[in-house]
Amino acid sequence: MDASNLRPARTLDMSGSFCPVPIIETAKAVRALPLGEVLLVIGTDPGIESDMAAWCRATKNDLLGVARDGRVLRAWVRKRGGG
Amino acid sequence: MVTAIGMISGGLDSTLALRLLLDQGVRVKAVNFYTGFCITETRRRLGGRTRDGEPPRNEALRAGADCGVEVELVDLSGSGYLDVVANPRHGYGANANPCIDCRIFMMSEARRIMEREGADLVFTGEVLGQRPMSQRRPTLALIEKESGLSGRLLRPLSARLLPPTIIEQEGRIDRSRLLGISGRGRKDQIALAARLGIDDYPQPAGGCCFLTDEAFGRKFHDLMDRRAERRIERDEIILLATGRHFRLGERVKLLVGRTEGENAVLDRHAEGRWRLTTPEHLGPLALVEGEPDPEQRRLASGIVARYGKGRAHPEVRVHWSRAGEELTVAVAPLADEGVLERLRL
Ligand code: SF4
Repeated sequence: MDASNLRPARTLDMSGSFCPVPIIETAKAVRALPLGEVLLVIGTDPGIESDMAAWCRATKNDLLGVARDGRVLRAWVRKRGGG
Repeated sequence: MVTAIGMISGGLDSTLALRLLLDQGVRVKAVNFYTGFCITETRRRLGGRTRDGEPPRNEALRAGADCGVEVELVDLSGSGYLDVVANPRHGYGANANPCIDCRIFMMSEARRIMEREGADLVFTGEVLGQRPMSQRRPTLALIEKESGLSGRLLRPLSARLLPPTIIEQEGRIDRSRLLGISGRGRKDQIALAARLGIDDYPQPAGGCCFLTDEAFGRKFHDLMDRRAERRIERDEIILLATGRHFRLGERVKLLVGRTEGENAVLDRHAEGRWRLTTPEHLGPLALVEGEPDPEQRRLASGIVARYGKGRAHPEVRVHWSRAGEELTVAVAPLADEGVLERLRL
């Protein structure tokens, strides 16, 4: 699936923050999102990729895709479970 | 059904504690506290990698996902925690680690979450006698009492050596299926992990945060001992964890980056400090705090020159800048190890 075509309901820019702050903020943002909506998280911490996958697995949200462009990572999360 | 709030680091001990309770049918909500002193965060900020070239993982998230348990990351990094670090009522461990006060702070928060969630208890992966400061029997009891968790704090790995919690007394958790492990050895835990099929866990670190680091502790106490008021800011902490530090005078300190990542961190904190570089040679970025006199300027320049590619040159030009002020100091790179060691924090 090419997640970059998805239209996120909200975008969270966490550039410059490091683990676990981007996940703390992702959790808050997902909590506030209606079920089924997509959150786009942008960040520069290279560990976001594994953290986001683990967090989505544990909270039963869908990680639709992760794209990397130089130092910048984009992750698309669809709300399914908790925040 | 019993509901528990689990304090999970993702290390082996807290993972085993989690599994022991899940295996008894306990419903668990896991929490992981972010204090701002986390080793993974610091390593990532400095661009660190694991041996296989990956960025260090967040082990709490990974462990939660492996066990099918949601982990709430709770941000405790505000001024309240910094005040605990600067003024611990129960003192410091070997370095800058106020472990007893820190545990009380965290467990008080866990108690609030327990109350909010209507849960029955809080549990941790603590092992009696494993850590010299915070895991002795009287200290475990003190932490339990001061965090308001009397009778509601379960340590499944050592439970049979400790007074039973209310839930054990009520028979809602089977105490005979909890363990009686104590001490610093890890044999029992490793054997249990093998039995439970747990094979992905990090090697134990000296502590859960870098306040336990010896070099950090020296720099921390050097700073605090010079303060009229015991107070510390988040940015000061980040700088204490970054680079080589040299005390040049009562109020003058030099910080020299050791890696590209550290240079970048120092650069981001250059405001209000002198920023030192060697434009003609590859070398570290350095900061000077305070108002150096001419002798301290020469010394700082000599040290910076020593750590750059110009170290074999008879003279290196070191560029200083601060808020529009600029100057250049030409010096011989400092060669005297004795002087260097005397100044190093
Ligand atoms: S090692 Fe750090 S996080 Fe762990 S109890 Fe001590 S001060 Fe707190």
